[in-house]
Amino acid sequence: MDMNEIKEIFFQECEEQLAELETGLLALNDGDDDPETVNAVFRAVHSIKGGAGAFALDDLVGFAHVFETTLDCVRSNVLEPTKDVIKVLLKSSDVLADLTNAARDGGVVEAERCEALVVELKALANGEAVSTADEADDAEATPEPQPADDETGFTPIPVTLDDEDGDNTNDEGFMPVAFSFDEFDSDETDEAAEGDVFRISFHPKPDLYNKGNETLLLLRELETLGDMSVRCVFDQLPNIDQIDPEGSYLSWVINLTTTQGEEAIRSVFEFAEWDCDLEIVADQVDEVEGDQLDDVEGDDPLNDAVVDAQADEPAMTASSDAVVDDTSVVEEMKPANDPEPSADNKVIDLKKAAAEVERAETKEKATARSGPKSAASSAQSTIRVELDRVDKLINLVGELVINQAMLAQSVVESTGEGSSAVTMGLEELQQLTREIQDSVMAIRAQPVKPIFQRMSRTVREIADMTGKNVRLVTEGENTEVDKTVIDKLAEPLTHMIRNAVDHGLELPEIREAANKPAEGTLRLAAKHRSGRIVIEIADDGAGINREVVLKKAIDNGLISSEANLTDEEIDNLIFHPGFSTAEQLSDISGRGVGMDVVKRSIQALGGRITISSTPGKGSVFTLSLPLTLAVLDGMVVTVAGQTLVVPLSSIIETLKPEQEHLHGFGASGRLISIRDGFNPLVDVGQILNFTTTPSDPLTGVALLVDSEDGGQSALLVDAIQGQRQVVIKSLEANYSNVPGIAAATILGDGQVALIVDVEAVVSASRVGALKSEMSLAAVG
Amino acid sequence: MNQTSKNLIEGARELIAFRIGEQEFCVDIMSVREIRGWTPATSLPHSPGFVLGVINLRGAVLPIIDLSNRLGMKESDPSARHVIIVTQVHQKFVGLLVDAVSDILTVTDENIQPTPEVSSELDKSFAKGVLAIEGRMICLIELESLFPEDEVEAA
Repeated sequence: MDMNEIKEIFFQECEEQLAELETGLLALNDGDDDPETVNAVFRAVHSIKGGAGAFALDDLVGFAHVFETTLDCVRSNVLEPTKDVIKVLLKSSDVLADLTNAARDGGVVEAERCEALVVELKALANGEAVSTADEADDAEATPEPQPADDETGFTPIPVTLDDEDGDNTNDEGFMPVAFSFDEFDSDETDEAAEGDVFRISFHPKPDLYNKGNETLLLLRELETLGDMSVRCVFDQLPNIDQIDPEGSYLSWVINLTTTQGEEAIRSVFEFAEWDCDLEIVADQVDEVEGDQLDDVEGDDPLNDAVVDAQADEPAMTASSDAVVDDTSVVEEMKPANDPEPSADNKVIDLKKAAAEVERAETKEKATARSGPKSAASSAQSTIRVELDRVDKLINLVGELVINQAMLAQSVVESTGEGSSAVTMGLEELQQLTREIQDSVMAIRAQPVKPIFQRMSRTVREIADMTGKNVRLVTEGENTEVDKTVIDKLAEPLTHMIRNAVDHGLELPEIREAANKPAEGTLRLAAKHRSGRIVIEIADDGAGINREVVLKKAIDNGLISSEANLTDEEIDNLIFHPGFSTAEQLSDISGRGVGMDVVKRSIQALGGRITISSTPGKGSVFTLSLPLTLAVLDGMVVTVAGQTLVVPLSSIIETLKPEQEHLHGFGASGRLISIRDGFNPLVDVGQILNFTTTPSDPLTGVALLVDSEDGGQSALLVDAIQGQRQVVIKSLEANYSNVPGIAAATILGDGQVALIVDVEAVVSASRVGALKSEMSLAAVG
Repeated sequence: MNQTSKNLIEGARELIAFRIGEQEFCVDIMSVREIRGWTPATSLPHSPGFVLGVINLRGAVLPIIDLSNRLGMKESDPSARHVIIVTQVHQKFVGLLVDAVSDILTVTDENIQPTPEVSSELDKSFAKGVLAIEGRMICLIELESLFPEDEVEAA
């Protein structure tokens, strides 16, 4: 693996972290006060910072650091996550995303934006955090160097991959310290100078080691905080034949005297705290311990060892309650609490009791957590696979399906009906191949969630620019659709969202005047409907102003001023090329490219777009898209002896032309009247040059299709063979683009059939010929 | 050319010889992926005469070139007796329709004579040289010049 590959993985992970970050922040915005959400947000930023440091992406590190510091204040409840605070955080996450993209693809993020946010973030972290300055200081006492507190906050700071690679703590200049793995060595507590005494019980889980953390290093780091004594608990060590070499059996009990407070201790375990059972209990100095002893023992001559064992107990009580059924513990505890004067026995008993409690506790915790944890891990167990590999698999399965169909056909041909055993076997094979095909297709299916998340950012930005209050509601985020569809959906969707906020929703004052809440609502919903994905973009704005649209269409000469259009027809005018309703061109939308671009890109995906609008109530745009671009629903037709496939999505209806509906037009043009309109009749065979003689419309079939400008045309084909789902094969892979042909497919008989590019054929019928592009064909 | 110099050292290269009409041609065996029988091709609209169409090669769409026509000779009338040589040119697969595959030749570069100066369609741009094998004349075809890269990638 070279550096670039590792970097690529880092950026992939960044994307996930950024998504997590945004999800978390939005959840907080909606009033989620689960500390785990804040932690998740913090972790995301922290991971990005850590990774970025490894690749010396200084801008990213610098910003992530400031961001992280502010988040830390939120995490430690120093900073209340109010709406305003979260707004800044969301903006910061946008900038973080931009910085990540800039780092990956080159380019720069406007420095002012970063700087402004850095100032805001710092203000949040410092301004409201004054009262608890110690804590902030403590948090900063972590081994990460703080940047010089300059104005911009963009001084590159070296950050080590501290959560990945434990070794680098050595770089920080910590000297290895010897500490005792023996049972008690409690003398050290006596040396405790000033400061608070903490009892830390630390039990790492195997995950901690899997993630490259190292207990020794953690302990060394702790040691830098003050005087400490460490006791290793190895009661749980199984016999050597039962030992799992990757398991975690040791736990530690640490007495630490430090002036730095609990926060500093926690920060040592910052990267480990999710992978260990950590309890930190503040103890007062000796006299308190003495009191406790008096209460429990009623006896003085106990050595420090007892103190240790005893003091372990408070930390354990919670769990020891939970294990009352473990009689051995209870029995062991009794003598410990019994005021017997024999100090020596007591020490042993207490030791045992403590150990038992500890063991039971970990057992208890282990069982308690294994349940939910295994469930969580199974839900999240995903693998990263290159798209190429999946595509190859999909191709192979496509071939398998074709092969299976061919096999079935030839068996039937060679044996007539075929023996029942063979037929049954073939049927089972068919079912299996279909199932395999479906599951393979499902691999490529991805939830629309990431793209919806991106939209929430778009909404925020545009709302800011236009001074509108917008709330984005998303539904059906987990609706799955093929990855290529998702990739190609981003652009038209962004465009539509922009339009909806810019043109659809009104300014707060106007909304209030219209008795609507000042905050506009934009609903983005996805759902599956009859083998397609339907995406709705609904706003509760003013709806389409039909008068303005109509006037503009007349001004632009799109329609004549006498035209009498239905509301629906007027609404659809906005899809007309070059149509932009914004009365003044704004920075956001209405740059001359309008909804026609959206419509075209949706059509290119084999989709349709419809609009319904109610004045004063808002508009709903509905996109209907195929679930995958790898297969296509097509009408298999015959043209001049050739088998062609016409995408079903572009066909409105099919009809058999009759003499009285056919009209000659000019020298060779023909029109067909369908209901009241006249539509050009397009002879597909001639356009594609399969034949030079025009085919007879009376023996053929006409397919009524939508064309680019909203008009309709009738494609004349010889016959319809049927409707079929076909696997799309690229012609460009081995040949070149063929005008009038979108792609190829392989039919059940193993023959290649061409998929008609309806748009190109229709426009060619107007110009007179297909644009013949230079290609392999042009040689010679 | 790299390939040539490498072969010079090794002294030998292998060529696949095939027949079109009365003439024999050969191509470097390294560019041949497989040889298969003729199956009817789906014709492509607006394609030049030498592009017979596309066939299904185990799920991939493979264009078929009538080599006879491409070399300026008469058009073939493909039948079940014809053979398709699947070659790889510029990362793309192209099927060449020929009458029959006749031989696999092992030759050294000394065996390859420069193309004689003739004025024909089949000029130096296609022919890399000629070989005299057992009294036969076999023309070595350079596939890359049959399908120049920029035109293959014109799409």
